[in-house]
Amino acid sequence: MDSAIALAGNPNSGKTTLFNALTGARQHVGNYPGVTVEKKAGTYVGNGNRFNIVDLPGTYSLTAYSLEEVVARDYLVNEKPDMVVDIVDASSLERNLYLTVQFMEMGVSVCIALNMMDVAKTRGIEIDVDKLSELLDLPVVPTVARSGKGKKELMATVGKKLKDPDTGPFRISYGDDIDNALDTIEEKIRNNNFLTDTYQARWTALKYLEKDSQVLELGQKTDPSLSKEIEQIAQSVSDHLSETLDTYPEAMIADYRYGYIKAILKQGVVRHAQDRNRLQTSDRIDKVVTNRFLGPIIMIAVLMGLYHFTFSYSEMLVGWFEGFFEWLGGFADAHLPEGLLKSLVVSGIIDGVGGVLGFVPLIMFMFFGISILEDSGYLARVAYMLDRVFRFFGLHGSSVMAFIVSGGIAGGCAVPGVMATRTLRSPKERLATLLTVPFMNCGAKLPVFALLVAAFFADNEATIMVVITLIAWLGALLTAKLLRTTIIKGESTPFVMELPPYRLPTFKGLFIHTWERTWQYIKKAGTVILGISIILWAMMTFPGLPEKETKLFEQKREALRASAASTAVEELEAADDNPELSSAAAELKSRLSAVDSGEAEAALRSSIAGRIGTSLERITRLAGFDWRTNIALVGGFAAKEVVVSTLGTAYSLGEVDPEDTASLSEKLAKAPGWSPLTAMSLIIFTIFYAPCFVTVACISKEAGSWKWGAFSIIFNTALAFGLSVAVFRIGSLLVN
Amino acid sequence: MSKMNMRQMAVDQAGTISSVKADGELGRRIRDMGLVPGTEIKIQGRAPLNDPVSLRIMGFTLTLRNREADFIEVEVK
Repeated sequence: MDSAIALAGNPNSGKTTLFNALTGARQHVGNYPGVTVEKKAGTYVGNGNRFNIVDLPGTYSLTAYSLEEVVARDYLVNEKPDMVVDIVDASSLERNLYLTVQFMEMGVSVCIALNMMDVAKTRGIEIDVDKLSELLDLPVVPTVARSGKGKKELMATVGKKLKDPDTGPFRISYGDDIDNALDTIEEKIRNNNFLTDTYQARWTALKYLEKDSQVLELGQKTDPSLSKEIEQIAQSVSDHLSETLDTYPEAMIADYRYGYIKAILKQGVVRHAQDRNRLQTSDRIDKVVTNRFLGPIIMIAVLMGLYHFTFSYSEMLVGWFEGFFEWLGGFADAHLPEGLLKSLVVSGIIDGVGGVLGFVPLIMFMFFGISILEDSGYLARVAYMLDRVFRFFGLHGSSVMAFIVSGGIAGGCAVPGVMATRTLRSPKERLATLLTVPFMNCGAKLPVFALLVAAFFADNEATIMVVITLIAWLGALLTAKLLRTTIIKGESTPFVMELPPYRLPTFKGLFIHTWERTWQYIKKAGTVILGISIILWAMMTFPGLPEKETKLFEQKREALRASAASTAVEELEAADDNPELSSAAAELKSRLSAVDSGEAEAALRSSIAGRIGTSLERITRLAGFDWRTNIALVGGFAAKEVVVSTLGTAYSLGEVDPEDTASLSEKLAKAPGWSPLTAMSLIIFTIFYAPCFVTVACISKEAGSWKWGAFSIIFNTALAFGLSVAVFRIGSLLVN
Repeated sequence: MSKMNMRQMAVDQAGTISSVKADGELGRRIRDMGLVPGTEIKIQGRAPLNDPVSLRIMGFTLTLRNREADFIEVEVK
């Protein structure tokens, strides 16, 4: 049977690099049950061994506070892997061993991969590997994950230890008070077989003293009276410690763990050839990169660079994707018989799938860029520099990345933005970021703004665009603050964060990272989005015009043909797409297409979406929107630029290209019921209302529940409507 | 030798942690990163807006907010 190996270790210890080196392409990504933490699994084959390897989330500890820690712990407890390979950063041995000690406390079989031996060496740290192994009584194998050095030896050692898995009881002293309490509790647990199926007795006892919420909860459910008894013992130790030493049991336990590690390291395991706190290259870079004046300037340049990289360099690929789907649409258009099936295939399926896949190059480039920033260690510096600002709004320094990518500099996209929140480790801040990034002005909202600004604010285009960007930022940050003081209330997650040394990212790591995340997007979002785009298509198509009205338009066309000169009719019928037409034929053609557009308008109005738009008119009048705008906004749920093309249809202009909106601008500027105020109201609404459904699907996936997707639709639309009404009403008062 | 709150420490000032008066999640997170009594630290720098603070501890760089540094008392040299 294959053995199951879990890779564990601190973040930035090179765990993922080692995982990639061991499993290569033989890996797959999923989620741990019920949570959004990524679970990566793969296989290693070598030396006649075959191991199934799971890459546990990187953690500093095994408490039950962060999601990653709970996931790692649950995996060890429930899946009982045959061995834990603990990746320990040799250049930061003391802190890394803290996690190792906790594995030993749990009683799992551990093998240490002493990684980054090269880095340790350049820092003048010498480690006596044999001595460390002897003192810890664990196998220790030096590795350099980046180059794959030591991975064979590591796996061979794991294979050897698997055949002879002696895990003698591991006991360290936590001081007399706690040790005595531990003994008492352990005995009670053993006598009652309390939770012993799941945990080792001494470990449960230790967790009771640490007031571990997860274990306490399970204990209270399993045997309330015994649990209470143990809690009382723990409480009396706690009281005693607080009286005599002014400390807490969990603090005591941590102190003794570190004490144990320090004692081991002092026995000649580590020798520092230089002062351990002397400035490393990394620190010298930081002196410049996080400098009070230079830091923010460099940061702005880097973020602009990322933005530019994501959106400019992906342009060509995006163009190819679009071109391909246009070609496919054209192909279907030419080869399918006229009718509903064709409309479904072209407008529903191909446009829908094209819409999803159209984001793929963007997402790939963005994740590639972010992976560089993340793997190099710069992202942590960004969080460090901006935390003070974002914290004020209940967010985290790391939130900035998601905001920028979503369109913090106008023209991003909320889909990769929502996915960029994965770099945030604090759940509340992450959720608040997820829910507010769609307010940024993504590239698809820009055509809407361009249309309205050109029609009503042509003299101040640049100013208005800047104002629109500022409104979006302000709205997003204030909403985040609102959410964090109401439904996502709670203390901000502590910022205690490591600034990892700068490292050159490896290409292998970058590509694996990028590909995984992109593939997940295609797989997860793809299916849902296809379904919704078909529904939206149906809403804007059915029930279609009643036969009587279709006939009426047909009669109009007939009448036009009859009244025109017969030569003109013949010329038009014989003509291909774009030949030179005589003036009579051209005249007839434009009149005919006016009738077609009129029919399209009528059909749209009588569709489900049209009926919704019309019936909502009474309410939306408050914000200055008529039924045409309403339908356009419903269409905007598919993708924001659809607002423009739908407005075009609703104003009988036929197809309007979102890239070229001059004719529609003119029409709107003259249309009754439109004023600069209406335009402003619609701009505000467009910034804030429901994200497009691709974004909603991503929000739901990332937040782990459709509830949050639904929330973003309802809350954002309500907010947008409130703001638009306010703008329109207050504006009306001022104008009159 | 005098005791001082970590928030008050100047850049490049070094010392030994004498107590960490935080419990619950914050306390645990602080201790997990090695901020326990007896550990030597050195203030490395402050973010452009003076908060968070970054410090050198056990050979790596750690950042925390001032309001978290408030719980840590350091015996400075």
